[in-house]
Amino acid sequence: MSTPALLELKGITKRFPGVVANDGVDLTLRAGEVHALLGENGAGKTTLMSILYGLQSPDAGEIRLDGRPVRIRSPAAALRLGLALVPQHPLLVERHSVAENLTLGQPGSFLLTRRALVEQLRSRLAGQPLQLDLGARVEDLSAGEKQQVEIARALLRGARVLILDEPTSVLAPPEVDQLFQHLAAIKARGVAIVFISHKLDEVLALSDRITVLRGGKKVGERERREATREELVRLMVGRDMVPPTAVAPPQPGLRLEVSDLEVDGENGRRRVLRGASFSLAPGEVLGIAGVAGSGQRELAEALAGLRPFRGRVLLDGEPIAGRSPAQLFARGLGHIPEERATGAAPALSVAENLALRRYRTTLRRGPWLDPRRMAQSAALLIDAFHIVAPGPGTPLRLLSGGNVQRAIVARELSGPLGLLVAVHPTYGVDVGATEQIHRLLVERAAEGVSVVLVTENLDELYALSHRVAVLFEGQLRGPWPVAEVGVERLGRLMTGKDAS
Amino acid sequence: MSVRTGLRRLAPAGVYAAAIAVAFALVGGVLAAFGANPIECYGEMLEATLLDAQGRSEVLRRAIPLLLIGGGLTVAFRAGFLNIGAEGQLLLGAVGGSAAALFLPVGPASLPAMFAAGAIAGALWALPAVWLRTRLGVHEILTTLMLTFVAEYLVVYLINGPWRGEHVRGFSYTDEFSEALQLPVLSGTLVHWPTLALGAVLAAALQVLLFYTPAGYEVRLVGESPRVALYAGIPMERVVVLVGLLSGGVAGLAGVGEVAGIHHRLLEPAQVSLGYGFTAIIVAWLARGRPASVLVTAPMMGAILAGGDHLKIGLNMPFRIVDVFSGTLLFCLITAEALWARWERRRP
Repeated sequence: MSTPALLELKGITKRFPGVVANDGVDLTLRAGEVHALLGENGAGKTTLMSILYGLQSPDAGEIRLDGRPVRIRSPAAALRLGLALVPQHPLLVERHSVAENLTLGQPGSFLLTRRALVEQLRSRLAGQPLQLDLGARVEDLSAGEKQQVEIARALLRGARVLILDEPTSVLAPPEVDQLFQHLAAIKARGVAIVFISHKLDEVLALSDRITVLRGGKKVGERERREATREELVRLMVGRDMVPPTAVAPPQPGLRLEVSDLEVDGENGRRRVLRGASFSLAPGEVLGIAGVAGSGQRELAEALAGLRPFRGRVLLDGEPIAGRSPAQLFARGLGHIPEERATGAAPALSVAENLALRRYRTTLRRGPWLDPRRMAQSAALLIDAFHIVAPGPGTPLRLLSGGNVQRAIVARELSGPLGLLVAVHPTYGVDVGATEQIHRLLVERAAEGVSVVLVTENLDELYALSHRVAVLFEGQLRGPWPVAEVGVERLGRLMTGKDAS
Repeated sequence: MSVRTGLRRLAPAGVYAAAIAVAFALVGGVLAAFGANPIECYGEMLEATLLDAQGRSEVLRRAIPLLLIGGGLTVAFRAGFLNIGAEGQLLLGAVGGSAAALFLPVGPASLPAMFAAGAIAGALWALPAVWLRTRLGVHEILTTLMLTFVAEYLVVYLINGPWRGEHVRGFSYTDEFSEALQLPVLSGTLVHWPTLALGAVLAAALQVLLFYTPAGYEVRLVGESPRVALYAGIPMERVVVLVGLLSGGVAGLAGVGEVAGIHHRLLEPAQVSLGYGFTAIIVAWLARGRPASVLVTAPMMGAILAGGDHLKIGLNMPFRIVDVFSGTLLFCLITAEALWARWERRRP
């Protein structure tokens, strides 16, 4: 490329106790270019971006903006230099209007009437390729619209470098297309875009240039036209990836029967899930697709015993209503929760986290908690599930995201498992852990474990499910055999545009 | 790496030592403003407390309620229940113990009955805060603190009204407890050793509870990660009720110790307690979530209280200088903790 570099990172090194998160990483961003940062979890993408955004300071290396060395000591300094971050989960004031959120942190916006504010914003946003309803309340917006507000806020602050951290994770396929159109238009105006992702298709669709990180080191930089999928995977993982083996056919019988399930949501929202009915045979995997916030959480939490519900749910012929999560675990229920912070406590040790389901039963001796048995049982799970941890006593927060997820999966699969409720089981984990978790799910299904798989990753949905159902605004459509629902129809179902 | 790890382990201790040094320096300024030489003051405080047999017994006597309350608060804080009204719960414990002493027939079970009544009264005084927290989500910081003032005036009412002694002439306090209801002391001191032993045993027992029982596991989990506790189906309300009533109950025990061991009657709140319920917050804070650590931190704060006594008597300073001391110390510790966390984030 002939365009001069807008921003250069040279030899960036950052050490944490026991790990080198970034090891002499170089990165060059040019105006009007989308530069993808690809890598497994723990590869150092997040560290590199937090250095760029002033959240961390590097141990070595330099950052040059327009050829001049700069020091970025805080996010405020980053913003002054024209670097803006669009976070993975929007950081907006839910109860305020879009206009008010856009004004936050803007200089010189003290004492303005609401109307003047909206007028001013409208004129400043005039040339931008975004469609925003400035008067709407943020809490009424979809995930995609909230993301647009974040992007608009960055552009209003005069961002020349826009960093997007896993921006598609909360979006439905049509919203992803729209985001990509917006980003293309923003790029055309001379903004440099950093696109952090582990989804190869999206990286290939959007980027002009791709940098791959592995183990804190830069292992390759490719222009889009010379990059191939296979090579990128190899760079990322360090070896070829094994596709998940096909799921075995389900067995006869009934593991789970759900009829007319209705569940209320948080903050007194009534009937967020409205009348879901389905059943699962032993060994059957039911994939649940849907845009985030369509009732997935309510469905999963009701099945896992965390939320009261109306309707009937039978596990192996017995109702689950009123049973605690601990009782359900003993009856064969495992639950991989939506977020890792729900499934594991960072301040407690690996062993203590692995004990979560059994500290009152098998890890107890008389009235006492048995620390030796706890450590032994943890060591076995660490070994069997290839959890990379210095030892059972290590605080969980020192593990990478993929290993925390391995620990949660290990714990949930270690009971007398009959039904697994798996919500985004591979969300934000690296390719190696994803592969392992997929293999485990397939193996358990072959042994007769039924799986309710809630996921936003369509590859995962298609690879693992026997049948799929779609949640849209709290209504469950389907399930259908997976072969009957193509990606396009699924996209329409997810956005409520398929009436059939 | 091992040396580095070792240094990292020691670093927090260094931070606390520095914070304590800063607190001493700041209070030194206040002492200087009273016209005293701070270094001499500290020297005399040290001499009058730790380097002198009588002084050491004074330190120990102050440490008794701090030990009890501090242990309970350490557990409560660990569960994220910020009970800062232990002062009120202590006073109610004194009221409960006094009620048992004044109105129950005297017998061999009288002393245990006084402690039981005090523990129940202290726990009940924490109950409204516990109830408001678990049922309505009202934060306990305000409710526990406010109930302290109610407790003070309840004591004032009792000793001036219905419980005022028949043989006290103009004074505001109850009659003296009968001889059999006065706790034994180490000879020549005011160290009521049964309460001291109770406090030490309790600190060790709470340590075991927290780290070696399923209930303790739940307490730690609820404090560290309420979301995970919810996910695992741990009855969070039960945990809050447990630690709330426990911390109130042991504060009540401390109250019984003060009236049965030292005063032998119920009297003015400021005399029953030198603000032990508040000082114990620092004791618990310094214990860093480990109840057994109060065996060290309680005597440490006890030394500051005893030293304050000496400043008053020996150097003619207001006794409440110890409050300035405690407040400054806690302020410095919290600030140091926040600064340390920030520094860790920036440069791990």
